[in-house]
Amino acid sequence: MQDLTQALVELIRRTSTDLPADMELALREAREREAAGSAAQGALDTMLVNTEMSRAKSRPICQDTGTPIFEVHYPVGWSTRKLAAQIKQAVTIATEKSYLRPNAVDAISGDNSGDNSGVEFPTIHFHEWDEDAVKVDLMLKGGGCENVGAQYSLPNAPLKAGRDLEGVRRVALDAVTRAQGQGCAPGVLGIAVGGDRGASYAFSKQQLFRPLGDRNPDPELAALEETIKAQANELGIGPMGFGGETTVLDVQMDTMHRLPASFFVSVSYMCWANRRRSMTVRGDEVTYS
Amino acid sequence: MIHKLTVPIPDEAIEALHVGDQVEISGVIFTARDAAHKYMVEQFIKTDGNPQESEWPLYELLQDKLNGGVIYHCGPVVAKDAGQWRFVAAGPTTSIREEVYQDLVIEHFNLKAVIGKGGMGPRTLAACQKFKAVYLHAVGGAGTLIAERVVEVEDVHKLKEFGVPEAFWQIRVEGFPAVVTMDSHGQSVHADVAAQSEAKLKELVAA
Ligand code: SF4
Repeated sequence: MQDLTQALVELIRRTSTDLPADMELALREAREREAAGSAAQGALDTMLVNTEMSRAKSRPICQDTGTPIFEVHYPVGWSTRKLAAQIKQAVTIATEKSYLRPNAVDAISGDNSGDNSGVEFPTIHFHEWDEDAVKVDLMLKGGGCENVGAQYSLPNAPLKAGRDLEGVRRVALDAVTRAQGQGCAPGVLGIAVGGDRGASYAFSKQQLFRPLGDRNPDPELAALEETIKAQANELGIGPMGFGGETTVLDVQMDTMHRLPASFFVSVSYMCWANRRRSMTVRGDEVTYS
Repeated sequence: MIHKLTVPIPDEAIEALHVGDQVEISGVIFTARDAAHKYMVEQFIKTDGNPQESEWPLYELLQDKLNGGVIYHCGPVVAKDAGQWRFVAAGPTTSIREEVYQDLVIEHFNLKAVIGKGGMGPRTLAACQKFKAVYLHAVGGAGTLIAERVVEVEDVHKLKEFGVPEAFWQIRVEGFPAVVTMDSHGQSVHADVAAQSEAKLKELVAA
């Protein structure tokens, strides 16, 4: 088994400093929709200039480098214990190099570990697969947008949200309204329907790894993704909550099985600094996307 | 038009500002977030200006520099080259967490501006009106761009106790860009956008 530590440091650097092309394009398109000279357009311009500067200088796009979430797909026979150790080592090195901010604090005392090590920190999920390659997906999930995520247990009487897709639409729009600009709008919504509370939240974050514009294969869910996106933008919250045309850049959802007794809808909000990248290791060859 | 503000900021300059105005700030400002605000309120304000002896030097410094001064809600990414600190990424953090402290700090230190993101609530808005101050919204996530406007890290206070993101970073900024979203005349963009979007939500989920 190879030592992937250095390759992982590079994955972290790219993720923290180089905003994915689909996000940058979506921000550019949003800029064109805002009134010339408005605070909303000014905010989008600042985001775009910041994106270019970060890439050129290899610096974190946003100082909140968030919770690093690693989704690791590995071939039969690899040691997940060793992979986890390499990921943790790479996170520590990336922190020393200022690609990550020391962001892990003791839950009660608030004491900072200084190197992003900690109990259940970073987040790492392992998935064994049949391919003869290791693929690591990384997302840096910031605190501001994580704080505006929401979970609803349906039915929800105040929103008249029942246990159906119409109920999902209602709670999703409620979540966007409550978030206002606090999650650094324009954001992306990952929505999971079903599961238990824990699985539902985790699955909603999985949606955020999908490329923008990717629609659910189920036509009804695909249509709902489009509807929620269009209606969220009618709310007029706008970039940073300054008011404006673009509040969300996309909405992506999926369902999972649930207990007959429960019906959870989890909404994870990802800010405009939507930092997610992948690395594939096949033999000696490492590719990043 | 961009309003250029230099610390210490006079009351007249604050009164000339209205929501939606763009500003650029220059001078020495301080980062402060949860731990720093809690500390200021517990050490300086609740004691009526009689902190523990060990805290006197910092208190005197803050009394001097925050008079007409600016607090920035920010937990930066920093680097140290040859013994000199440098800001690498320094966008704003969510301000509403300081709502229970901010009005007290504005009053106690004669603070003129608070920079952050997401806006603040009625207590801070009332303090802005009463003590002539503004809330300035920086673009969240614009860490690199804002770090470029930090021309010097003059000092850092409480680094050991609070850690990098929570320490008081004393920084000299030049042309720090922000938008006035709460002014000294009782107006708040946040309250307006919240009211409009809630009305629209009602429409969209009307049975
Ligand atoms: S919500 Fe995102 S862009 Fe905003 S401060 Fe947090 S990580 Fe940065």
